[in-house]
Amino acid sequence: MKPTDIEDPQYFHKVIDCQFACPAHTPVPEYIRLISQKRYTDAYMLNWASNVFPGVLGRVCDRPCEPACRRGRVEKDPVAICRLKRLCADNRDEVLGLLPTIPAEKNGKRIALIGAGPASLTVARDLMPLGYSIDLYDDQEKGGGFMRSQLPSFRLPEAVLATEVDYILDMGVTTHFTQRVESLQAVLDQDYDAVFVGTGAPRGRDLPDLPGREAGAGSIHVGIDWLAGVVFGHVNAIGKRVLVLGGGNTAMDCCRTARRLGGEQVSVVVRSPREEMKASPWEIDEAVHEDVPIIDNHVPLEFVMGNNYLVGMRFDRVQAVYDDNGKRQLRSTGQEPVFMPCDEVLLAVGQLNAFPFIEKESGVAFTDKGLPQLNPQTLQSTHPKVFFGGDAAFGPQNIITAVAHGHEAAISIHLLCQGRSLRERPGPQVDFAGQKMGVHDWLYHNQVSETNRQAVPMLSKAKTLKDRLLEVELGFDRQIGQAESLRCLNCDVQTVFHADLCIECDGCVDACPESCINFVENGTEEELRTRLKAPAENRSQDLYVSGPLTTGRVMVKDEDVCLHCGICAERCPTSAWEMQKFLFHPAQAEHI
Amino acid sequence: MTFQRPTFRHPDLPPNSAGYNLRDYEGGISTLCAGCGHDSICGAIIQACFELAIPPHQLVKMSGIGCSSKTPAYFLGKSHGFNSVHGRMPSIATGANMANRDLVYLGVSGDGDTASIGMGQFVHAVRRNLNMVYIVMNNGCYGLTKGQYSATADKGTKSKKGSVNALESIDLCELAIQLGAGFVGRSFSGDKKQLVPMIKAGLAHKGLSFIDVISPCVTFNNNPESTKSYHWVREHSEATNTFDFVPFRQTITTEYEDSVDQEVRLHDDSVIHLHKHENTPDVTDRRQAIDNLEDHKAEGVILTGVLYVNPESADTHDILNTSEKSFNSMGVEDLCPGGDVLAKINESYR
Repeated sequence: MKPTDIEDPQYFHKVIDCQFACPAHTPVPEYIRLISQKRYTDAYMLNWASNVFPGVLGRVCDRPCEPACRRGRVEKDPVAICRLKRLCADNRDEVLGLLPTIPAEKNGKRIALIGAGPASLTVARDLMPLGYSIDLYDDQEKGGGFMRSQLPSFRLPEAVLATEVDYILDMGVTTHFTQRVESLQAVLDQDYDAVFVGTGAPRGRDLPDLPGREAGAGSIHVGIDWLAGVVFGHVNAIGKRVLVLGGGNTAMDCCRTARRLGGEQVSVVVRSPREEMKASPWEIDEAVHEDVPIIDNHVPLEFVMGNNYLVGMRFDRVQAVYDDNGKRQLRSTGQEPVFMPCDEVLLAVGQLNAFPFIEKESGVAFTDKGLPQLNPQTLQSTHPKVFFGGDAAFGPQNIITAVAHGHEAAISIHLLCQGRSLRERPGPQVDFAGQKMGVHDWLYHNQVSETNRQAVPMLSKAKTLKDRLLEVELGFDRQIGQAESLRCLNCDVQTVFHADLCIECDGCVDACPESCINFVENGTEEELRTRLKAPAENRSQDLYVSGPLTTGRVMVKDEDVCLHCGICAERCPTSAWEMQKFLFHPAQAEHI
Repeated sequence: MTFQRPTFRHPDLPPNSAGYNLRDYEGGISTLCAGCGHDSICGAIIQACFELAIPPHQLVKMSGIGCSSKTPAYFLGKSHGFNSVHGRMPSIATGANMANRDLVYLGVSGDGDTASIGMGQFVHAVRRNLNMVYIVMNNGCYGLTKGQYSATADKGTKSKKGSVNALESIDLCELAIQLGAGFVGRSFSGDKKQLVPMIKAGLAHKGLSFIDVISPCVTFNNNPESTKSYHWVREHSEATNTFDFVPFRQTITTEYEDSVDQEVRLHDDSVIHLHKHENTPDVTDRRQAIDNLEDHKAEGVILTGVLYVNPESADTHDILNTSEKSFNSMGVEDLCPGGDVLAKINESYR
């Protein structure tokens, strides 16, 4: 193998599994370290700069970081990254004075944001401090988009959302609420320098062709519309027996909301096997905890009507069959259809994009799937001044992805407004900081905590099921949070190897608890992976390879389960191993 | 400063044939200087015992005084241990071995502990061919007292401060071969590929297995002019042979080209498989082994590898015709048969 190029910022970035997995690349270990030092406000601001809604995301993020967390490979459970984020949000001091200052003198560029969801708000967050004038359009009364209308209060209290939305709106964004944009052309005609479309995927998928859909219409609701109805107070009750169709997080929100509005027997019915459900595992656990059974492998056949009202649904029992390519097919078991009685049905079987306000002549072209044709990096559409982000760009994803899109779109818009090529994107901000303090003293807490993942305190079920506004999770207190924060392995403190200093004493090889380090003859990656001290079978994790040493061998370190404990560097007589903190901030518009 | 190694271990490391994991053979975290050769030797001992699947509680580790003799704290944390008086490890080993021949004995000593204060003890343990592995962690200096030359420092070697050693050095391997050790090898702490199978072969061999391991003292004796430095040893060593150790009941599958094989079968039917060039001396011949060492010394080359093996060697128990049973399995009547028996024995000598 060729020596690893550690000058390439992506190499060490990838070692920080959580940050690498995060669409917005929030520097997770750095803020967890700040939390462990009880510097909650600093941790919050680090988050805010990167993901804009720490309080919101600390509750409802999809957490791609957690399955990626190295701790999950070293022991059983990953660090509770999301809950630690909430801890710093809950315990922060007033941050208004820490927010960026908005220049009194504007730069003369005007931007329109359509939709007031996380993607648009992120664009505003990035561009307001640069002197832009921003108009924000949304048909709701307040900002937040789907974060407001779809996320039930027992998961995300309204006040938390409102505070973080206001941080941005109070920068001087001109809001046009309760104003539905009916025509993109009309917006473009107002001579904006750029237009950003962040209208989400607003249409819930229906099952229009299922027999009985029309007759039972009064008792059958599209999940996301129903959830919005609950938030806005149009819906206050539901029947005692409720069936929720679908296996995503919206289905989980629907069933749990139904439990709070009078649903006594609420069931989730999924077509696929339970393991393949799209909902986050913790959301499923919460639903089950609130007495909602998950019935998998049932495909809906028809809505069954009694005397003019819905009495239940019939389902076909199926099993998943996979062909050679791993493609799934749901095949009927041939058993009798199952009848499940119910009073009301909530459909949470997916969301669709819809852009009724974009005229064909506007210059924005769409794909066959009804999504805008975009440059995936710049998010620019076929109309050079129109950009897309969030669920509107590539279909339904999640909040943190929308935020990441917002940052990218802001960079594009800023470049466009300066008349520069959108390809001149700034590189990431990278910083190395040595951690050596004394002979064996480190600036970071290198003792690996061996406590298990901390459980989060919750309000009792009896209480929360009575009031849909009561938040279920209480969040970590400072003490539990401290214990949890120390579980972080500091993956951003990198093991940097200097081949020219190594005397091949093997001290690091013997001292490494995880048998990561090897001094061997070089070979191809395939072959090297088979003859290291411990098998290196996790292909998603790189091998760190040095140049040739005095004996002709090379150092090969398998990054997979490295604890970043620094023992290699402690046992190194020549400082050939160094512990260097690698801070990686993805570029933002202000860096141009 | 890390005082405790994390207990997490690589999840895919397989256990050995006896069901033990590598961590069952580990000890505490080392407090030696970073980069000390002794740490590598500890690593090699751990690896060898793990690979041989010796149950940790069936092994006794013993040592004297010195940097080397601290090391039993850093390996085999679940084995029996005895840290004795300076240079007296052989006596302790002899006593323990006489009392219980069923355990595996591993003595660790240094060049000071063996070649100076413990010389008298060492040579007699070798003469008796005590069934044990005797490892000398040889750094050619007194690391605990700031690096004065020891008795194994080569004549003419230069210290960190530039002073030259004027005294003759003691070659412990030559001595051991002369005095009747059944197995003698020399290795280098920086060469685990050679050291691990050597320790394994030594553990399998019945009789005294003497292994001299050159182990650089990074703090006081690792300057390039020192003949015990990483640099010097790598530049000036020559392996008498490369070899594999094939424990009892395993078949040999590897074929080697361009080398003449010599098989040495040990008491327990393990095999040391030597791959060497033609015309190199026979390692089972004591005289050739000593000549070989002297020839290389004259050329300024450190000879490593298995230097001598006597597959027929008889250990102390065989020589003295002692009891097959260990003392702890005997009853009071066997151990202390009383005045009548003593009188009978005395009578037999009259």
